[in-house]
Amino acid sequence: MTSKPRDAATATSPLGLLLITGAVATVGLLIVAPLASVFVDAFSNGPQAWWEALAHDPDTRHAIWLSLTVAPIAVLINTIFGVAAAWLVARFRFPGRSLLVSLFDVPFSVSPVVAGLALVLIFGRQGLLGPTLASLAVKVIFAWPGLVLATTFVTLPLVVRELIPVMEAIGPEEEMAAVSLGANGWQVFWRVTLPNIRWALLHGVVLANARAMGEFGAVYVVSGHIAGATDTMPLRVEKLFQEYRTPASMAVASVLAALALLTLVAKVFIERQLETESKELEAARAPGADTDPTTGGLGP
Amino acid sequence: MSIRVDGVSKSFGAFKALDNVSLDVPQGTLLALLGPSGSGKTTLLRIIAGLEWPDSGRIAEDGTDITDRHARQREVGFVFQHYALFRHMSVFENIAFGMRVRKAPQAEVKARVDELLHLVRLDNLGSRKPAQLSGGQRQRVALARALAIRPRILLLDEPFGALDAKVRVELRQWLRRLHDEIGMTTVFVTHDQEEAFELADEVVVMNEGHVEQRGKPEEVFDKPATPFVMDFLGNVNVYHGRVENGLAFWHGVPINYPDYPHAQAREARVYLRPHELDIARAPSGGTSEAHVGTSLAATVLRQTRTGPITRITCQPRQGGSDLHVDLPSAAARELGLQPGESVSITPRHVRVFLPDPEYVI
Repeated sequence: MTSKPRDAATATSPLGLLLITGAVATVGLLIVAPLASVFVDAFSNGPQAWWEALAHDPDTRHAIWLSLTVAPIAVLINTIFGVAAAWLVARFRFPGRSLLVSLFDVPFSVSPVVAGLALVLIFGRQGLLGPTLASLAVKVIFAWPGLVLATTFVTLPLVVRELIPVMEAIGPEEEMAAVSLGANGWQVFWRVTLPNIRWALLHGVVLANARAMGEFGAVYVVSGHIAGATDTMPLRVEKLFQEYRTPASMAVASVLAALALLTLVAKVFIERQLETESKELEAARAPGADTDPTTGGLGP
Repeated sequence: MSIRVDGVSKSFGAFKALDNVSLDVPQGTLLALLGPSGSGKTTLLRIIAGLEWPDSGRIAEDGTDITDRHARQREVGFVFQHYALFRHMSVFENIAFGMRVRKAPQAEVKARVDELLHLVRLDNLGSRKPAQLSGGQRQRVALARALAIRPRILLLDEPFGALDAKVRVELRQWLRRLHDEIGMTTVFVTHDQEEAFELADEVVVMNEGHVEQRGKPEEVFDKPATPFVMDFLGNVNVYHGRVENGLAFWHGVPINYPDYPHAQAREARVYLRPHELDIARAPSGGTSEAHVGTSLAATVLRQTRTGPITRITCQPRQGGSDLHVDLPSAAARELGLQPGESVSITPRHVRVFLPDPEYVI
C-alpha cells in the first residue's frame, strides 16, 4: 500500500499508535517470542550439545530420516494428483465439478486426528481393508505407508488449490495453439502447460512440504508412536518433551522451526515470481505497446 | 485446399451455437465470416480447425472427410484472437514450435524460422519474449507460427480485433498481399464489416448460428438479402411504412415496389441508407406538404463532419424519427446547409422488407 498523507496522519494519531502497538505486541508475543525461545532453548547447552542431541540419539536420527522420506513421497503424490486434478477442473465442465472442488477442501476442514482415525478404520487390522491387506502381508497402519497416507491426506488441498486459479487465469488458448501446431498431449503438458504453471506449482509444493514435515495429529494416530520405527520429527519432539528431555526436544524442534523459516524465504521469493508472471499475463492480454488507448474506433 | 462444411450443428448446453450450417470455401479464397458476437462464427472456425467437435454434420478438405481427424493432424494454421503466443518462449521458439514437436532437424528449423521472421518483417526480434512486443508484432508472430507448419488452410479468429486503428489498417493490407502471394485458402472471423469488405474475396454473414447471406463484398453490401444483414451492415434509416399495389409508402412518399402487387395494404419496414439519399435545398417559400412527388420534406437539425463524409441529420416535416443523410464533405460544404433550413430528400435506393415473408402468397 502506498503511504498517502492521510495514512501518515492516521498513523500518528493516538488511536493509530495504539492499534500499531497492539499489532506489534500480538505478533511479538504469539509468533516471534515462541519461535526465538525454541532456538534459545535448543542451543542453551551450546552447539555441541545441540548436535549430539540430533546426531547421537538413534531414535532421533531415525525420526529425522523418516520425516525426510515420508514428506517427499507425500508431496510427490500430491504434485501428480494436484496437477491432474487442477487440469481437470480448470479445463473441463462436467456434472459434479463444483462438488469435486469442495471435496478438495475436506482435509482442511476435518481435524487431522479424525482423518487419522478414519484411515485406521479403513486400513487397520479390524478395518474395512484389514483382512485383504493382512492376506497380502502389507502393513499400512503402524508402518510408514500409513504415515504417507495420513500426510498425503492432510496436505491434499495445497497443490491443487494453488493451481486451479492460475490455470483458469492462463486459459486454454496456448494449449489449443500447441495442439493446432501438431503437439500431442505430453508435448503440450511439458512444453506449454508446465512452464506456465511452474511457479504456482512450486509454491504449492513448498507449502505442502512444510505442512507434511510438521504434520502431527493424523500421523500420531496412524503411527502407533513406535520410537525408532514410526516416529517422525514432530512425534519425536513430543515424545522427548514428555520424557523431560527438553533440550533434546528443542533441538529437534529447532530443525523444524528452521525448516519453517526456510519455507518462508522460499515462499516470498516464489510469490514475487508469481506476481511478475501475472503482470506479464496481463501485459500479454492488453493491446501491444504501439497501441494508443485513446484511439478507439477506426478512423475515417 | 478447399473446405466443405456440410450441415454442421453445435450446441453448448441449451445454447445453439450453430444450426445446420453448410459452407463451401473454394481453393485460394480469402473468406470472411462476419457477424455479431454469439452468431457462431468463432465456433464454426474452431470446428474447421478441429478444436471443437460438431454435434452433427461433416467437414471435408478437398473432398476428404476430416470430421474425425484430430486437430493436430489437420495441418491447419490457426491464429487466435489474443494470439495465444507461448509466453515463456522467445519469438524464435514460438515460430519453431510446430517444427520442434515434429522433430524437424535443427538446421531446417533455423532456416524456416529465419525465412518466416523475414516474411513478417521481424528479422531482428527472434530473441524477444512476446511480452516485449507491440500488438502488431505479436499478431505477426502468431501468423508466422501458424505458417511455420506449412498449413493447407489458414484460419484467423478476429485477427485485428485487439489492435489500434492505424496498425489494424496496415496489417489488413499486409495480410491481403500475403494471401495473394501464398494463395492459401484463408478464413477469418470478424465483427467489423469494413474489415470483411476490404479484405475478403467473399463474405459470409452469420447470425444466431446460421448463414444469413453469402456473396462478394459488393453483392452483400449492395443487395442485403435479409433485414438482419441490412441492420447489421448498420448506418441505416429504418421506418415503418406500408406496401400496397406495387408501391411502398415512406412518410407518404410513394416508392416503386413491384414485389407486392396486392391491393391489400400491409405493414412493411423501409430501409434507407444514408449514402443512398439525395438532399437538396427546398425552393424558398417552401411547402407545408409532407412530400413533393417522390421527395420527402424535412428540416435540417445539424451536420457532423467525420473526415471525408459529412452526416446531415434531418427531421421529417411530418414528424417521426430523425433521418441521416451522408454526403461527401466537399459536396456538403458546397451545399452549405444551415440548421433549420428546409430540404427535400430523395432516395436513390430503397429496400423494403415485409415482417413475415411466409405470409406473402
